[in-house]
Formats: sequence, structure tokens, C-alpha cells
Amino acid sequence: MAITINGSDVEAPGDARVSLLDLVRDRLNLPGTKKGCNQGACGACTVLVDGERVLSCMTLAVQCEGRSVTTIEGLAAGGALHSLQQAFIDHDGFQCGYCTPGQICSAVGMIAEIERGVPSVITADLGGEGLSLSREEIQERMSGNLCRCGAHNGIIDAISEILVREAAE
Amino acid sequence: MNPFSYSRAAGAADAIRLGAVAGTKYLGGGTNLVDLMREGAEHPEALVDVTALSREIEEREDGGLMIGAAVRNTALAEHRAVRQRYPMLSRAILAGASAQIRNMATIGGNLLQRTRCTYFYDGEGSRCNKREPGQGCDAIDGFNRNHAILGASPACVATHPSDMCVALAALDASVHIEGRSGKRSVPLVELHRLPDGRPDLDTVLEPGELITAIELPALPLASRSTYRKVRDRASYAFALVSVAAALEVESGTVKDVRLALGGVAHKPWRAWRAEEALRGQPASEDAFRAAAEAELADASPLKDNAFKVELARRTIVAVLGDLAGAGR
Ligand SMILES: Cc1cc2nc3c(=O)[nH]c(=O)nc-3n(C[C@H](O)[C@H](O)[C@H](O)COP(=O)(O)OP(=O)(O)OC[C@H]3O[C@@H](n4cnc5c(N)ncnc54)[C@H](O)[C@@H]3O)c2cc1C
Ligand code: FES
Ligand code: FES
Repeated sequence: MAITINGSDVEAPGDARVSLLDLVRDRLNLPGTKKGCNQGACGACTVLVDGERVLSCMTLAVQCEGRSVTTIEGLAAGGALHSLQQAFIDHDGFQCGYCTPGQICSAVGMIAEIERGVPSVITADLGGEGLSLSREEIQERMSGNLCRCGAHNGIIDAISEILVREAAE
Repeated sequence: MNPFSYSRAAGAADAIRLGAVAGTKYLGGGTNLVDLMREGAEHPEALVDVTALSREIEEREDGGLMIGAAVRNTALAEHRAVRQRYPMLSRAILAGASAQIRNMATIGGNLLQRTRCTYFYDGEGSRCNKREPGQGCDAIDGFNRNHAILGASPACVATHPSDMCVALAALDASVHIEGRSGKRSVPLVELHRLPDGRPDLDTVLEPGELITAIELPALPLASRSTYRKVRDRASYAFALVSVAAALEVESGTVKDVRLALGGVAHKPWRAWRAEEALRGQPASEDAFRAAAEAELADASPLKDNAFKVELARRTIVAVLGDLAGAGR
């Protein structure tokens, strides 16, 4: 069974130790996904697997056989930036840029979670229907992605803009 | 990391057959096991992926739930019936790790995640009876701010890190297990062990036994329940102390209560004594404090973690106070 990565089928590595992160960076020449801590603590390696945000450093590539992986390289369709990529530029959502691919993939997954109605730990009424799109909600939902440069305010601004825009549509 | 083989089990029977080979470990989301293999704290020769086990959350006619072992943590937290009938469980899961990790982690793996004691993780430089039985414990005289205040032994002072398990302990959950010698079911509060002389054994599972499901009995009082986690930063950190509580008050008197603590012991800590002390008492701050004190009377803090006793006491009182207030 193949792994589908950004729409192309790739053979799973023979050595089960290879992480999804090392597969995309070192073997497929997709270095957008970053290795920060390699132990689940920073979110720099976040990618989407079957549309859900996960950590590629903690995922063995073989676990993805038969599944579909999207990395930051797969978000910009036909050379046009994804709306979140543009929003990060507009709001100064980065300085060095190391955390950015993980932040953006994570935000894509987060927006899908909100649309599905997934609550967060600070959601006041778990039984309620609509979810709040407050800054605090976004901060909590994005807490798995750290930024060492301190671009957090711009990051939250960028994500807020897209969320508000999508909610209006 | 040592080399290992990887295979996918088609279902429970297949997993148990593959899991019978010595040196094999089951793999859920891998968020704990892969990390520990990298750190040299676990060295399986074969991994059997068990994410094809049940992902069903079945609603029972009596109001209880049967939750398949391969259900992802996010899926359980977001489930309508869990949010309405067992809100403490949704909140406990959502208080743990990060969204990415909750999307990967399975229920079975969450139950069996291992301690975050840094000496356990430090395979090269530290002694740890949990990693190497008989080696000694560097935490007892070391940096032990995060360690246990209840139920520890001279061999081990580690804590169980799961948030979800604290809620499950309060909710009278049971764990369905299958092995070569058949099926059994164990109350969640009896799944994890206290360390005694064998801290290498986290649970009562026999080698090769597989967790297939968690069962939640109907518990009407749990619809008014919550989970509070106290930690060093607002999000994405393990608990210093946590409290899962459900409270039923009738005419100002505590009719029934469920209470469990996290971050304080080698297992999720059901606060039986506090519950006992509270039933039939007025739903007052004094009674909540007395109950917390009854539970913590045997606490024996280490060099760096005496603060946890006071923190646990205050958190219990605050959480019960909130639940009593919300019910007025
Ligand atoms: C950075 C970070 C922060 C975290 N913060 C928190 C936190 O705040 N709170 C919290 O509660 N947790 C936290 N976690 C831990 C996380 O919740 C666990 O790693 C996760 O729940 C484990 O689930 P898994 O499916 O990935 O397990 P795996 O890693 O796949 O497996 C864990 C163990 O369970 C065994 N196993 C898995 N499935 C079965 C089965 N069906 N039957 C028998 N054995 C089985 C495996 O053999 C292994 O020993 C954190 C983790 C990380 C990396
Ligand atoms: S590199 Fe994966 S979480 Fe840090
Ligand atoms: S922009 Fe530098 S780490 Fe976030």
C-alpha cells in the first residue's frame, strides 16, 4: 500500500523506524515541514493526515500507508498562496519562519475542527451549539504550536481574520 | 532506536495472535511509545498496529457508553453524548496534550501511557526502578516537584500522567481486556497499580493482553461534572494537580458525589475517603474542606512537592464549590 503525499503516491520506507517527518524532509525533498524538538512538544512538524492535523515527528511513516498526507508544499494550489499563507504575510505572523509551516498546517486543521463543532477545554458550554471564535479560543486551540520568535500575536491575528471571513461565508 | 518490525492487526483476534510473540508491543497512535523508543526507555522488537480495533462509541439503552479502544481522543471528547452526559470526560481529554496529539492518540494508548518522570525518560544517565527493576530511584532524592504525594513506595515516586484516566476513575468506568486465555473486564480504578516493590508494572495487564474497549455505566449525576487541571502554564503542560468531580445536591445536602485526583499518585486517584466524608453532609465550603483533608491526611510529600498537598486541597474545595453553586 502506498502513502499519498500531496496527491502523489509514495512507497512506504522499508525501515519502520523512519518517521513521516524524516520521510518528507530527507527522502522526498519536501523540507517545508520542520523538525523542532522531534518529541511532540513544539508543533513545527505539523502536517495533515486525512485532513486532520498531526505531528509528523511522532508518526511512523508506515502508519500512513493507505492514508493521504498534506504538507505545507501541498497547500498552495497551482502556485497561488493558500488564504492562511497570505494572512500570515499580511499580519506579520512570523519572523524567522521556522514555526510557520507547522502553524499554518495546524490552523488549517483547527478551522476544520471548529467547523465540525469540536469544543476546546475553555469552551464554556459543552452542550451548546455555536462555538466562540475569541482570541482566547484560538490561543488555546493553537497551543500545540510554539513560536520562539514571539510572533504569536500576528499568528493569532492572521488566523482570526480567516476564521471570521469563513464564518461570514 | 533499535530496529523493529511493523504489522497491522485486522482486529482483536489477529492482534492477540501477533502480540503473543515475546518482544512485541501494541501500537496505538504512537505518541507515547515512539517517543519512549527514541529515548531508549522501551525497546520492542515488533510493533503491532491496533488502530483497526473498534472506533465505535456505542450508546447503550440505559444511557451508558461502550467506547472502542481505537477511538481517537478528539473523537471521544467531541462526541455529543460524552459532552452532555459526562462533561468531565470531555474536559479532561481536552485539557491534555495538544490538538495534534489528541487527534493521533487512541483511548487504549492513553490508558497505558507511561509516567513523565524525567529519570524514567533518561535512559542513559539516571537510575530508575521502573525502567530497570532493582536499579534504584534517582527521583526520590532528586528533582521531584512533579512527583507523587499519595501511595508512593521507597522504590518509586512517579505519577500517572493521564488526564482522561482521572475522569474515567471518577465515572466508575471499566476496561474490557482480551488475551489468549479469554476476555475479562477490570474496573478502571483497579487497572493501574501502586508501585510497591514492582514499579516496572504499571497495570494489572498480563503480557500480550489487549485493551478492546472502555465501558461507562449510566451515571446521571455526571451530567453536572467538571475537570480542573492546575499546571505551570495555561495550556499544553502536564498536571501538577487535577480534580475530576460530579456532585448531586438536594435541598442543600450532598446526595451523591464522585471525586478523583490526577498528578498525585502512580495511578489515577479515586478519592473514596472524601466521597465517604461528603455524602449526607451540607454542600458547604466547610464540608468540602473537611472532605479534602480526609483524603489528603495520608499525603507524604517529597523534598520539592509539599505544595501539591495544599494545591490539591484548594482545588477540590474550589471545584466542589463551583459545582454546588451551579446547581443552586
Ligand atoms: C508533548 C506531549 C504532551 C502531552 N501532554 C499530555 C497531557 O497534558 N495530558 C495527558 O493526559 N497526556 C498527555 N500526553 C500523552 C498522550 O495523551 C499520550 O501519549 C497518548 O494518550 C497515548 O496514546 P497513543 O494511542 O498514542 O499510545 P501509544 O504511544 O501508541 O501507546 C502507549 C502504550 O499503550 C499500549 N497500547 C496502545 N493501545 C493498546 C491496546 N489497545 N491494548 C493494549 N495496549 C495498548 C502501547 O503498547 C504502549 O505501551 C502528552 C504527550 C506528549 C507527546
Ligand atoms: S518536531 Fe514534532 S512536535 Fe516538535
Ligand atoms: S517565526 Fe521564528 S519560531 Fe515562529
